[in-house]
Parts: sequence; structure tokens; C-alpha cells
Amino acid sequence: MEDTDFFQGYKGRALEVLKKYNVRVWGQAEMNTTRGEFKGTILPRSVNDDDEHIVMKVITGYNIGIDINTITDMKEIGYKKANYAIPEKEFPYTEGLPHVKLFGTGGTIASRLDYRTGAVIPAFSPGELYGAVPELADICNLETEKLFAVFSENMGPTQYVALAKAIGREIEKGIEGIVIGHGTDTLHHTGAALTFMCQNLPVPVVLVGSQRSSDRPSSDAALNLMHAMKTAGHSDIAEVLVCMFGPTSDEYGLLHKGTRVRKMHSSYRSTFRTIGDTPVATVTRKGVTPIKKNYNKRRNDKNVIIKPYFSDKVTMVYYYTGMKPDIIDAIVDAGYKGIVFVGTGLGHVNKEIYPAIRRAHAAGVHMYMTLQTIWGYVQMYVYDTGRDMMAMGIIPAGNMLPEVAYIKLGWALGQTDDPEEVKKIMLTSINDEITEREPYNGYLVYQGGVPEVEEFIKKVRK
Amino acid sequence: MKKAQFDPQKNYLDTLRKVGYVPRKEATQETYDRIGFMSGLEVHQQLLTRKKLFCNCPAGIFHKDDEYDAEVIRHMRPTLSELGEYDGTALMEFRTKKEITYRINNENACTYEVDDTPPFLINREALDIALEVTMLSKFNVVGEVHITRKQYLDGSIPTGFQRTAILGVEGEIQLKSKKIRLIQLSIEEDSCREISDIGHKRIYKTDRLGMPLIETVTYPEMVNPDEVKEACDYIRFLNRSTNKVRTGMGAARQDVNVSCKGGTRVEIKGVAHTKWIPELTHNECFRQWALLNIREELLKRIDDPEIWKIDYAYLNFDEFKITTSEISAARDLGHKLVAVNLPGFKGILSHFTQPGKVFADEISDRLKVVACIEKPNMVHTELPHQPITPVDLEIIKLIMMSDEENDAIIVFWSPEEDVATALETIEERCRMAFEGVPNETRKSFEDGTTIFERVLPGADRMYPDTDSIPIPLSAEHLENLRKNIPNDISERVANFIKWNIPEDTYTYLLSKNLYPYIEKSINKLGMDPENAGRLFGRELKHIEGHYKAGEGFTYSRILDMIRFIKDNNLHYPIYIKILTELYQNPNMDFGSILTVINFKRFSKDEIFSKIDFLNKKFEEEARVNNIKNKADWIMGQIRPMTIGNMELQELKNEVDKRIL
Repeated sequence: MEDTDFFQGYKGRALEVLKKYNVRVWGQAEMNTTRGEFKGTILPRSVNDDDEHIVMKVITGYNIGIDINTITDMKEIGYKKANYAIPEKEFPYTEGLPHVKLFGTGGTIASRLDYRTGAVIPAFSPGELYGAVPELADICNLETEKLFAVFSENMGPTQYVALAKAIGREIEKGIEGIVIGHGTDTLHHTGAALTFMCQNLPVPVVLVGSQRSSDRPSSDAALNLMHAMKTAGHSDIAEVLVCMFGPTSDEYGLLHKGTRVRKMHSSYRSTFRTIGDTPVATVTRKGVTPIKKNYNKRRNDKNVIIKPYFSDKVTMVYYYTGMKPDIIDAIVDAGYKGIVFVGTGLGHVNKEIYPAIRRAHAAGVHMYMTLQTIWGYVQMYVYDTGRDMMAMGIIPAGNMLPEVAYIKLGWALGQTDDPEEVKKIMLTSINDEITEREPYNGYLVYQGGVPEVEEFIKKVRK
Repeated sequence: MKKAQFDPQKNYLDTLRKVGYVPRKEATQETYDRIGFMSGLEVHQQLLTRKKLFCNCPAGIFHKDDEYDAEVIRHMRPTLSELGEYDGTALMEFRTKKEITYRINNENACTYEVDDTPPFLINREALDIALEVTMLSKFNVVGEVHITRKQYLDGSIPTGFQRTAILGVEGEIQLKSKKIRLIQLSIEEDSCREISDIGHKRIYKTDRLGMPLIETVTYPEMVNPDEVKEACDYIRFLNRSTNKVRTGMGAARQDVNVSCKGGTRVEIKGVAHTKWIPELTHNECFRQWALLNIREELLKRIDDPEIWKIDYAYLNFDEFKITTSEISAARDLGHKLVAVNLPGFKGILSHFTQPGKVFADEISDRLKVVACIEKPNMVHTELPHQPITPVDLEIIKLIMMSDEENDAIIVFWSPEEDVATALETIEERCRMAFEGVPNETRKSFEDGTTIFERVLPGADRMYPDTDSIPIPLSAEHLENLRKNIPNDISERVANFIKWNIPEDTYTYLLSKNLYPYIEKSINKLGMDPENAGRLFGRELKHIEGHYKAGEGFTYSRILDMIRFIKDNNLHYPIYIKILTELYQNPNMDFGSILTVINFKRFSKDEIFSKIDFLNKKFEEEARVNNIKNKADWIMGQIRPMTIGNMELQELKNEVDKRIL
């Protein structure tokens, strides 16, 4: 351990060079090379980078890489290991402020850099968070618990179940609000899963992440965290909510239902949008302002119902033109019990795969139809093809979002195999995963370039 | 007996003398040696690329302040450096709690500029130009380029950091009488342009943001103001000699670091013209020298600076006779009026710091920047024209229990929420006076004075860019680039001297990068070196200053002209006329230009044949008949037909010979 620690991240030829000249990571080194002399502190190297260069920090604070093939001599003239820690201050207790629990899953909501790997390490203890975002102490009394450390894309059924159980435990203990720090990529999957698994919530459960990690000054992390704590501690919306930036500007956050929200841009701060409806509320540091009139209200009881079930024998098939039946056959042969189709238009796939669908139905596979259009309802009565498919066992899933349908089918199949029972679970809304009505302002994708849109954008910071 | 009234104006002059300030014109090297003048430079230069450094937006497309399509608002928070510390500037900027608005124009900014999209791969065109300059400045080129983030919390970059990378360390340039060593050269993205900064709101536009820029940093080895300018010009000329950098307003900007003996490195930011440098560095060095005198004075008076602190009290607007419009405006806005007693600071507030400026200005500047209180933001007991009535002043002194003999009082006004920061700021700046010269960056003015801008950031604000991967620089690639690089500026100057080109034209020739054309005229086209120097250094400059260039004019057209003149056996003075025409009509062919300027060809014999006739005519008509007058008159008569056809000297010789 000691030995490798001296050469963090170095491997192969670069490691040999460091060993040859007896120079360690964090050592102050003087180097002679065919490109001249270089002086600085040897830094750890990212494990994925090549073994042809050594990284050093020069006196002005910049990092540079030295090509090992140019090195003619090198010596260590000092050693100073960096002590890298977020200043930890005790999170102050304030009488009268709500108790909020923060669960960590490994997202980058508050973080520091590990520059060996270039990865971002979460800052997590209340003390670390207070050091980074001292404003939190004015909002709530905070406890934290790190449940797991996985990136968003690695969150899955095991984690959903563990989270649901942890939420149940905290509510049992009388917590007044729960915040879950989460990577943003699959925030909406988790939002759906927790909505199904934690029913009849008496307190808010708020999922929050950040689109710009908190190692940068313009990060949205601090504000998102404040908004989430404010919501969890002070709002009366006792639902599973996703709390992220409304506009890209540092202005307000939106609270979305876990079942109706989707990440719509790979990098924008305002990437989360409620689809086919309006968000539940807006949130600022001052408080929560509801947009929707009806939502589940905060209660004083502890009567949450935890249903921590999930079958991983469910898959999702994104239809593309020219799809061959063997794909569906392969899924059925692999033992999958449920398929969520993401079809074109009102919910269609091509005729060529019909035989495979028939075989799947015969094998007892539960099949549901959702939409590539993201917005709108599946409507399989309009064309014959839709009717054909329903006849073959595909059930239209209303305006349920594809990811939500996948999560729900997994959750349903975790409870029962009975087709009628599954269908009942799938089509009975728990929290608006299927809505009866789509309001006119539920679909707003403005088109840039159109004069009135440009005028709006210039005036209103969105 | 009534005590002699304290005279702030006299105190200013006394302290100015005590510090030993002299205007720059009177300063000699001894003056600078006495106060230990030391200066270094950071020269920024935009590169001439089609696109920006980390996204595909076009570079060099600018727009007016109010021509924008959208606005985005951000607030900046400090983050930890790689070494686990918060940077001083970062914390100061955070205290100011600014709301930053960015104006975005779709023509020149995308979602990268406002930090809603991660960086694309670095612009290779920019990197290669920067590497050429790196080699030209004799830097040791790095083996691998690491993109680093340099924190800027003033909002000038929406991410809160600048992406920047070192390409070389330890270079050098050769000035007239000494070598200056260079610390490093980096490539970086340019920042936003500020539109306004009022109170807690700052507005930027994003057109310049992200354009590729290089920064050359020298060691602090310049020992007088003129040397700083010389070094700066040298670096700028060197950059331009590649022909691959931008020119014009704001394309090259420099930060100048200055310190005096016992002082601190202070950075004067964004000096737009090199001609401002001497006055600015001169004054900054003396400002530091004055601050050291203040320190000495304070330490004499105050035994334990550690326990020194300010006292303050809120004043009621209505109880005082208010004579300034700013204070009455503050009252109407519901702001607070606060008196601050500075124990032992009598005579310090009106102590000289810069020509026309006193220590109180240092405090006022910081109130504006740190506490966001617009100027004028305070009055004090050492103003030459006291706006506080004597009666009010007595009351304030009483409230403060101020010691008339030793203390000074500041009265400032600000919104209630900024009072705490303002008090902190005043106390902090006064405490710094015990230390001497605060580490800071300062903004420059044309009159040679500066004001506080920011706390000087340290190496702590650097951290790796997790969005980028290192870029290896192979020996082969560098060798290929090396083939493009022009010769040294010092070598060019040596050649100018060899060619007898007048020294006063060097600045123009180098700043316009005309060396390659002169060299070609002489070595390829066989032009007489002195004529070449005159043509490019004097005539071209004159024409550029007096005429408008026609569309498509490039300096290479001048080479075409020289070739034409040579092929047609024309002589020097005709260049001026042709060039004047060519400059305005670069696409006209040379034959037509000759017609336009009324050129007629005469043989030597034809020209000489006029001499005898004119000689006779002069004999008949001259009133003062002497040889000189005669020669001059004859020359004057024949000159127009000579221009371009033969050398005037040759004609002169012939005239002299024939009229004797």
C-alpha cells in the first residue's frame, strides 16, 4: 500500500521513471529534459491517462505534463503532501427549525475533486455540507446518512428498495422531511420507483442533484440543495418530488412529481421538465409556491406504506423502423416477463415483428405500449395497426412516460404474475403517472427564431 | 488660545514631500533605485482564429451592449482549490454578493458560454498559433498540455473559472540593453466584457467570452518605467510577427505588476495602451512607498496593532445639517448613516498616496468594490472642503468619543444590509495599513492613477479541469510548427540598424509587422535598404494616417509595386505617389496608376537638355543672382519631370556641373 501510494495513478513506463530517479508524488522535483528545465510538485496521475507523461504543478499553480522520453535527469528536493478536505464545521442546531434527513446515494450535489482520477468526491457529512453551504443551517436541522456511493447511471432496483426501506425507517422515527442527493441522469427513474414504493407519505421526499458539480463557482448544487431542504422541511407537499432549477438562471427551482418528470437536456441546468402537466410548485430560498391546486398534504401521522418490490425481468424496447422479430424472440427466450414498448406516433411498431409479439404473448409476457413522442397519449384505436397490436396482447399505457412504465412494470411484476392483476396495477394511477387530462400548458416546447418567442426570451430569463 | 486648524491640503503636500515623490519627468534611475522599483508583465494577446477556444462559435464577432437575444443570471460561490484551501479573492468576491447578468447574442455565443454545455475539444488552430509564439519566445515547451481552471468570482466568466493551460515555462526576450526572463506562456479563453457594475448588480456581454488568448508572463526584472514599456512592446511585436494574432481595440492587453522595496506585488489590470505604462508604474511604485510611510507613522503611534479596532455609531439623518446631495439622496432611499472613528489615524486619511489622491480614497475604493456602495460613499474629517458643518462635526466627535488630537472619523452611508460588510471593509483596510501594502489588483486610468479592483488571487485558485483530457505534444508536431516561426524581434532590430533604417520608425514597423516586407524588398527585389526603410516606415505610415485604405489592400501589394517599379526602371520618389494611389485603389493596375498620377517618361538626356535653357533664363530674370539660388531654381523647375525617371541627386550633380 505504502509503495503504491507514493506513485498514485502512475503505471508502466512513467512509474519506472519516477522510481528510477526516486521521486514521489507530492515531491518537489527539478527535471532536466531535452525541452529545458522544469520545476514543480509531482501530482498524482489520472488512472486512465497514458504512461508516457508525468504531471507536475508549477509554482504559479498551473499543471503541466512532461514527456518521459525527454527526461534526462530528475531529483526530489522537497516533499509536501496536500491536505485536501472541505473545511468541516459543526452543523449548528437551531431550536424551532424542522429536522431534515439527507440520504446520500453518490451524486455530485456537494463535492470536492479527486484529481488522481479527476473524479468528483461528494462532500457529505453535515459538517462538510455546512462548510460548503452554510446557508443550510438557516433552513433546517440536518442529519445525513450515506446509503451508497454509486453514480446515477448505476442506480437500480436494489438501491430503490434500500431507499424505500430507509425512508420508511426515518418516517417511523418522526423525521419532518427527507432529501435524497442523487446523480441527475436517472433522477426521474428513482422518482418513479419511490412514488410506487412509498405510498401515503406523511412528509415530503425530495430528490435533488446538480447539473454542474459543486467544484465550480457557478454550480447549481448549493441553490438546489437549499431549495430541496426548504421543500423537505417547510412545504406541505407530502409527495415524492424532484427539485431542480426552473430556468437556467439562478432564480428558482421547480418541484416535479416523481412520476411525470424527465431529464430533457444532457447538460442544461433547467434540464428537468414535467411532461404533459405543470410542475407541482416553484421553490425559492424564501419558500414553496404551489402551481397545482391538488396535491397530497403533509400529515402528522407515520402511516406510510412501504412496498419494496421489484422484478428485474422487465425490459424496454425502443422501436426503430426495420426492427426484426428476432430481437423480441431473444428477449422472451432470455426469460423476460415484461416488455415496455416505446412506439412511434400514437403507439405503433412494424408488421414484421407481429409474429414475435404473438409468441411473446403466448409465453405470458406482459406488454405495454408507451411513446417516443414523450408527450401525448397512446391511442391504439385510431389505426388498424393499433387494434391489431392490442389483439396481440399489447396494452396501451396512456400517457405514462416510457421510463416510468418500465419502473412500474418492474414494481408490479415484483408483486404478482397475474395478467389482470398486473394490468390493474399498471393502469391505476398512484400519483399521476397516467393523468386523465392533459392541460393545454402541459406541452410547451417553444420554437426559437419565431419573433414572439424571441421577444419572450429576451424579456424573461428562462 | 485657539489651536491651529488641521489643514488637510497642507498635510497632503507635506506627506508627498516626505515620501519624496517626484513627477516622472524628473525621475532618474537613482530615483527608482532609491525606492526599489521592480516590475513584471502579463501580456495578453488574442489569436486570429475562426472559432473560439472550446466551442464552435465564431471568434471576433462583437455586438453593442443592447443587442442581445437573452439574459442569464448567476451567482458565484467560492470552491476549494486542489490543495484544499479557499482563495482570498474568492472569499472577497463572495462577500460582495453580486448578481451577475449575462447578455447573450445568438450570433456569437452558444450554451457553452453560459456554462450549460461542457467544453468541446480545444481549438487546434489556436493551440498551434500559441505554440509558435511559445517557441519564438524561447520557452521550454511542455510535454503534455493540462487544461486548468483558474477561478474568477467577479463573474467575468459564467463558469466561475477560466480554462487555461501552460504551454511553456522559462523563456526569454532580448531588450536593447538586457535580457528579460519569462516565467510562462499560457493559452486561455478570453472573458466577458463588462457593461455595467452598479451596487449589487453587474452586467456582462458574452461576445468576447471564449475567444482564444495567450498570456506571456515575465519575471519582475524591469527596474524603471521605460524598461517596462520596452519589454511590453517587445512582447507585443513578437506576437504580431507571427501574423496570426488579432490587432485593434482590446486585442492585446496587459497587466503590469509593480512593487517597491518593502512593498508587495500589486497588479495593474487591463492596461490598454503600452504608452500608459510608464506613468502607471511610476505612480504605483510611489503609492507603495507612501503606504510604507503610513505604516511607519502608524506604528509610531499605536503600540499594539493587534488590538486596534474601529468604533462606530449610527447617525440619525434628521439630526444633522446635510449639505451634500449624496447624503440627502441616501436619506430619501432609507439608507443608514454611519460614523466610524479611526483611533490614531489623524493625518493618515489625507496622507498622499498618488497624485491627487489620499489614503481615504483607498478606503472609499474598497467600500465600492467589496461592500457595493456606489461612490461617493463617504466623507471624513480630512477633506479640504468639509461638507459636515463644524457644529455637526463636534456632535459626531462627541458621540464617537473621538480624540480630536489623534483620531480621524469617516461618515459613510449605505443600504442597511451592506453596513456590516462596509464596517468590516473599513476596519480591514485600516488594519492593512499597519502591514504596509495590501496584495491587490488595481484598475488603471489614463491619467496614470489606479483604484482598487480585487484582492490579488494566489495559486490557490487553480484546479484541474475535469471536463478535459491532457493533450500530448509530440516532438514531431513541434518541429513541424517550428518551420513556420519568424525570426526574433531582436534580430529584426539588428537588421534595421544594419540597413540604416531610422530608429524612430521601428515601433511602427514592428507593430505592423512590416519586417518581412522590408526584408523581401531588399533581399529579393534589390531595393536600396534606406529607401525601403523610408517607404515602409515613413511614407506608408503617413499614407495610412491620411487616406482610407481601399477594399482588398494588403501589404503584399506594396511588394508588387516595388517589383513593377524595378521592372520599369523607375526611381524612388515616384513610390510615394504610386503608393498613395495604390493604397486607395489596390486593384488598379500599375500602368493606370501612372496615368492617374500624370507620370510621363523622359530620358536622362531629355531632362538634362533643359538645364542649359533654364540656366540662360535665370541669368535674364533673376533678381538675386548667385550660384545657390540658381541651382535651387533650376532644380525646382525640372524636378516634376524627374520624379520617377531618375535619381534627384544625379540631376543635382549635373545641374551643378553645368551652371558653374
